[in-house]
Amino acid sequence: MIGKIPFEAVVAEHGATVLRVCRAILGPADADDAWSETFLAALRAYPDLPADANVQAWLVTIAHRKAIDVTRAAARRAVPVGDAPERPAPQRADERDLDLHAALAALPSKQRAAVAYHYLGGLPYTDVAEVIGGSTDAARRAAADGIARLRQTYAAATVGEGEAR
Amino acid sequence: MTMNNEPEAADVLAALPEVTPAELAALHDRLVARADAGDLMDVAYRTIDSPVGPLLLAATPQGLLRVAYESEDHDQVLATLAERVSPRILNAPRRLDPAARELDEYFAGARRRFDLPLDRSLSHGFRLTVLSHLPDIGYGQTASYGAVAALAGRPRAARAVGTACATNPLPVVVPCHRVILADGQLGAYVGGPAVKRLLLGLEAAA
Repeated sequence: MIGKIPFEAVVAEHGATVLRVCRAILGPADADDAWSETFLAALRAYPDLPADANVQAWLVTIAHRKAIDVTRAAARRAVPVGDAPERPAPQRADERDLDLHAALAALPSKQRAAVAYHYLGGLPYTDVAEVIGGSTDAARRAAADGIARLRQTYAAATVGEGEAR
Repeated sequence: MTMNNEPEAADVLAALPEVTPAELAALHDRLVARADAGDLMDVAYRTIDSPVGPLLLAATPQGLLRVAYESEDHDQVLATLAERVSPRILNAPRRLDPAARELDEYFAGARRRFDLPLDRSLSHGFRLTVLSHLPDIGYGQTASYGAVAALAGRPRAARAVGTACATNPLPVVVPCHRVILADGQLGAYVGGPAVKRLLLGLEAAA
């Protein structure tokens, strides 16, 4: 087939991947906003995307920018208030997922981005490097360091949780 | 390609929650609403069930652009629209509500003519002229290819009328099913001869 596939098919094919990436970068609460902004911007630009472009890498790159926007907007909103709602203690079945998101959130941003874009977004390290800056080797190291640290903190969290019971 | 190289590195990420279809559906709805509000949805589509099988309906902001039978392969029809009109295509059923309602009424025998804005941009030249004259053939009536050629101002162009009908982007709504052979036989139809017979039978009975 010549030309581009309908944008609906792009959403169907890549929607879940982009959501996983957004959740890893921002946490579940802000991920929906980043996803929406990503696909709206992608829809706007889609007719001008070269026909041979790597659509998934293009979407992850947009998601990276939108995640930065969402983070900044959240920081602007975060005026100090006395009775800010506390994060409820995780008690649901997805307790472990929350722990893993917390472990992701605790990573240095470059490591988190490298892990998300490579392992969840499917980008090769050359593309990861282009998105987050720095060399391909640095991107590979950041992802490896991030995974190592995740394994430490997440494993520690799940062990701790086991002992508490 | 994601995790094949380093499966051991990704296992820790396997604990991330799955993205559910319901979550994606909610995000899709939100995208459609925002795309619509931002004039970014060049083509909206949906499918409806009908007595002649699932029909694909597609519309631009100008109006109904395409009605397609399942035999035309809906995916292929959408791919062609992406090429010829715009790739900014989304499954947005609400935008097609008026067309779906009028088609439902038609198939129930309760509607004799369609009152929908049409986007004719898929048709050009003599074919467009022919298709523009088809609503002149009233509900329950038929006309021969030659008679339609005369209506369209080229009495000897019966064969070109056949081509125009065979490539009608808006079957049912633009009633090419009412064009038959001079000897009274039904002739060919974009949705197949059985569908043509069904539509004419429906109109004769109503």
